[in-house]
Amino acid sequence: MKIIKSLSKRYIIFTPILLVVVVAQVETYSQLTTSGTFGAAIRLAIPILLAGLGGLYSEKTGVVNIGLEGMMIMGTWFGAWGGYMFGAWQGVFIGMLGGALFGLIHAIATVSFQVDHIVSGVAINILAGGVARFLNVIAYRDVSFASSTASPRIQGDIGIFTMPFLAGGKIGETETPNFFGRIEDLNIFLFSDFAGLLLGFLSNISYLTLFALALVPVSILVLWFTPLGLQMRSVGEYPSGSESLGVNVYLMKYVGVTISGALSGLAGSYLVVAGTGTYLEGQTGGRGFIGLASMLFGNYKPFGILMGSGLFGFADALQLRSSQAVHGLLIVISIFLLVLTFKAFFEKKYKAGVLSFIFSAAFLIWFVNSTSIPNQFVYFTPHITTLIVLSFANQRIKLPEKIGVPYKKGELN
Amino acid sequence: MKLAIKLENITKTYPGVLANSEVSIKINSGDIHAIVGENGAGKSTLMKILYGMVKPDSGKIEIFENNASMSSPKNAINLGIGMVHQHFMLAKNLTVLENIILGIDRPLLKNIKLSKYKSEIQKVMELYSLNIDLNQFVDELSVGEKQRVEIIKVLYRGAKILILDEPTAVLVPQEVKELFKNLRNLKNNGVTVLFISHKLDEVLEIADEISVMRSGQMIDTVANKNVSKTELAEMMIGKSLPTPPKRVTLTNEEVILKVENIKLNDGDGRTIFEDITFDVHKSEILGIAGVEGNGQKEVVEAIIGIQELHSGKVLFKNTNLEGLGTRERLESGISFIPEDRQLQAMIMDMNLTDNVIIGRQNIEKYKSSLGTVKTKNAVIESEKVISTFEVKTPGTNTLATALSGGNQQKFVVGRELEDSPSLLIASQPTRGIDIGAQSLIWEKLRNSRDEGLSVLLISADLEELIGLSDRIIVFYQGKLVKELESENVTPEDLGGYMTGLKK
Amino acid sequence: MKMRFRLLSVSAPIIALTISFGLSSLILLIIGKDPYETFKIMFEYGIRGKSIVSIVNRSIPLYISAIAVAVGFKMGLFNIGVEGQYLMGSLVAAYIGAQFSVLTPLHILFIIIVAVATSSLWAAIAGYLKVEKGIHEVISTIMLNYIGTGLIAYSLTTIFDEPNSDYDLPRTQELPETGKMPPLNKFFNIEDLQDLHGFLVIAILVGIFYYWLVWKTTLGFDLRITGSNPIAAKFSGINPKRLVVIAMITSGAFAGLVGLGPLLGYFHRFTIDFPTGLGFAGIGVALLGRNHPFGMAIGALLFAFLQRSAQILDLNDVPKEIEQMMQAFILLIVVVFYEVIRRFIVKQQIKDASKRTDE
Repeated sequence: MKIIKSLSKRYIIFTPILLVVVVAQVETYSQLTTSGTFGAAIRLAIPILLAGLGGLYSEKTGVVNIGLEGMMIMGTWFGAWGGYMFGAWQGVFIGMLGGALFGLIHAIATVSFQVDHIVSGVAINILAGGVARFLNVIAYRDVSFASSTASPRIQGDIGIFTMPFLAGGKIGETETPNFFGRIEDLNIFLFSDFAGLLLGFLSNISYLTLFALALVPVSILVLWFTPLGLQMRSVGEYPSGSESLGVNVYLMKYVGVTISGALSGLAGSYLVVAGTGTYLEGQTGGRGFIGLASMLFGNYKPFGILMGSGLFGFADALQLRSSQAVHGLLIVISIFLLVLTFKAFFEKKYKAGVLSFIFSAAFLIWFVNSTSIPNQFVYFTPHITTLIVLSFANQRIKLPEKIGVPYKKGELN
Repeated sequence: MKLAIKLENITKTYPGVLANSEVSIKINSGDIHAIVGENGAGKSTLMKILYGMVKPDSGKIEIFENNASMSSPKNAINLGIGMVHQHFMLAKNLTVLENIILGIDRPLLKNIKLSKYKSEIQKVMELYSLNIDLNQFVDELSVGEKQRVEIIKVLYRGAKILILDEPTAVLVPQEVKELFKNLRNLKNNGVTVLFISHKLDEVLEIADEISVMRSGQMIDTVANKNVSKTELAEMMIGKSLPTPPKRVTLTNEEVILKVENIKLNDGDGRTIFEDITFDVHKSEILGIAGVEGNGQKEVVEAIIGIQELHSGKVLFKNTNLEGLGTRERLESGISFIPEDRQLQAMIMDMNLTDNVIIGRQNIEKYKSSLGTVKTKNAVIESEKVISTFEVKTPGTNTLATALSGGNQQKFVVGRELEDSPSLLIASQPTRGIDIGAQSLIWEKLRNSRDEGLSVLLISADLEELIGLSDRIIVFYQGKLVKELESENVTPEDLGGYMTGLKK
Repeated sequence: MKMRFRLLSVSAPIIALTISFGLSSLILLIIGKDPYETFKIMFEYGIRGKSIVSIVNRSIPLYISAIAVAVGFKMGLFNIGVEGQYLMGSLVAAYIGAQFSVLTPLHILFIIIVAVATSSLWAAIAGYLKVEKGIHEVISTIMLNYIGTGLIAYSLTTIFDEPNSDYDLPRTQELPETGKMPPLNKFFNIEDLQDLHGFLVIAILVGIFYYWLVWKTTLGFDLRITGSNPIAAKFSGINPKRLVVIAMITSGAFAGLVGLGPLLGYFHRFTIDFPTGLGFAGIGVALLGRNHPFGMAIGALLFAFLQRSAQILDLNDVPKEIEQMMQAFILLIVVVFYEVIRRFIVKQQIKDASKRTDE
């Protein structure tokens, strides 16, 4: 009973998951829970995760970083260039440097010159776009494959890992049985879907993905268990107090913002190196901002950011792999809204209840009257998911106390 | 006896202000030494210099008889100086432990040895008889507890000289006694205490020696036993501290504001205040006493319309205010002086002409039928306020931020009173301003009250509250616990009700 | 005294321009081009008669976009969604405007109304999300941009597409003659030069209206107070939620006008080639012009000049993308210097105030 009680408190999270699993039993919508989809979800979640973590480091020190998108763009360009010139891992590193450089610019503008954080972030995004385009033209002048909006392919790749036994990976040269794959094929309710989830996590995972995922516990360690992390957080909470204790406030902010640039750069490199293999103009597609959303959704905690980016990655994966599956989401949304309607009426919030009922019916009608969602709609699945998620999640977010407030040394803020 | 601190001819100027002028002082080791002076006398600046937050233009500093140049707070900490600020420098969302150990380690990526720190801090707490729970988040602590954390924080870093800046400003009398007990413990353990205050009674109770500052200069240093309160006051300002004189109550029968059984919950459903019922009559000043955080601020915000009540009624001149927004309430004859003038009452980067319109933008005087702003009227009004309330400024075109705190407050009070409201709500109206401005505001408030104004007054300055109010109501833990005629009330009485000790 | 400060403020963009030129010269040198020659070519091309007309034309949508953004900025709102708002407005207006025909002034007025209504509605969504759900408008407007792009792509290929067309790509039906805005040349009898857009008149009116709205009306006053100090605004009786929505709608309304210059002037229909990027460019111009109607006009002309004069660079083997870099440099640097100078001015004012009061 206790379990059910705590579950029902978190119903907002569990109900959609349950509904998705149920709908996935239907053949046309089976893609909702296959290992292929989950694998793609992880691949697409990683850049969002990295951007979200980047945002975390910056905002914990009190600097709002809207420029994550621009830093990611730099990561894509420098990652592609580094990959083309030297190799995949070098590309990753150079991409991080590119992002960190722009992080540094943002830090200089906001910390040393006290420019409004959002204005600086917007300016950085514009700068990054211009710089990327320009660099792309001059760096590849003599190369045939490049245009002003795309770069040539990188050399080599990062390397993929598949876990033996559980996911059928190779040990040396020998194949091993694929435990989770078997379960997935059996099509047992809930178990097969869960197996699909695990299989997605364990097969064809890029080493870079593992590195990115490792950054989650590392971030928790650094921010909450080291003196550096404590000083960074204190600077975002009470900078003048920290200064009076000898903390170098400016330095901490610089560190936080530059790391956020580096992580966004890494996100960009990831897009190139573990994805398309080239720089393409516009390939970041707003993921920097979605990363920011996942940071808010995760309530400024690394694990929460992981969850948030997983959600957005899932939405992105569906959009890419199967528009059929996205169609299946319609009925999920409809039923979920119906649940909300009941809850609203139960709590005597009649206006909200009527509203959610109308939308529930609307989605149902849409679902019944169509067999698929137009491509153009599917394209913005992650973006609209962001808006929906943020609408629900906003209640109990705890921002760092002095976020966005410019700090002047010696001032009593 | 050794000298803990020796300052020689310290001078510091800011643009347009001579904050410290050739200040010299000697503080004996192991003493409790008080520095008194009114607001603006230069005490804070001197402390900032001593703590390395500000560099003096000239002068010598000696700590424990060694030459010292205070380049930064870290420097001061290393020399054994610890400062407890008037506005606590604690991060709300970090734990007590995190606040105490902040900045101790060089920021290398190694693990914080939490258990080692915990036991070390326990030892310090035992030595000085100071107790607090290390794992609590700071925003859950009471004011007295927060102050204790600040003290532990500096002692843990090996402070042998403790500087306390207006430590009793936020405490009720009972907490002050507790603090003084702690200070005497510290003294017995060899700690030198430097105590900044303008409350002469307290200073005379605890200090061994007292130094007086006035207008940036050090007037004299005397031993406690050799001086009287009047003498100190005279040194401080040349005349005794003004207390609002008692006068005859002219309270009218007519009820202007009636608050019935109002209740407010916060976002999480917890009660901020409930069962609050009181009225304010014409020609009356009703004072609200209460420790910060007991609901008074929210009651005022609910009356103004910024917070929405859970239940209960607010009637202004017999009209129910429910459903009316802040703008309508202000326009119906309520004026409001918020407690934080820079944040809530003025727009710092706009000039005084614009600032006089704040709170009344839509009345006919300032808004034409086309919707444009009648700037000419604003200029006239602003100049009237400036002259009537003696606001020192080059003109009405000056930016609000260019004025001193006292002048900003005078402007705000003037703006609210000149409107001839029926009800004035004043929250901490004389906080942090010089004596001259304070007397002026008191005088204006009393005159307006005599002419029929109703005033709801919140103040942490118990003497101001008792002196100005006709009646006083006390808030404690979100409830109205006592109503008193101010005739025979003492600050100790009030303190008792405010902390729930008296019923 | 005030003059002194005004002049100081103007120095920021000049410094930014100078440094930007310097940085760009450095880059040109690195890639082996002669900066002096490059700038000379750009300048000469840019001041040619035909160019000047082109520059003014280009600056019109930039200016209006900047005003849309500036309305938001004045209140502390960041409407990054001008991009999506103007495109939606132009699309819907192009479709509906082609369905009928009335007297030209009326027809154009109607098209304007439709565009403005659409864009305001789209912007209102972001306003609602901020007020009711607490979602920061930067995120919501950017997401809405992407969603808008998808909606536009869909409707252009289906419901808004020109019926019975033998043209391959999707586009709306062409506006009838009455829906086209005549060039100004007709009124001024200027021959030989490229047409000066009639929409210029509207742009100027928009600028004047913006100035009046923000600096002369009570609404504008409330906007500025809220932008400067939202807490004091609340205590002064302003309803912050209501104001946010009003500000977003107003900003969106201006945004609707951005695409109408091209639509009414020479495109006459909405196609997949319809000019994009104007929303983002407007942000830059607003920042450069510091939200001031005259400053933004200069900023718009400057950016338009750079864009136009850069076109010649391709012919001289210099990557024309250097111009985008320059724009971005100017933007970042000017933003820094505005802040530096602003702080300096405030310090000076405090000094002056205390000096005077000592007398």
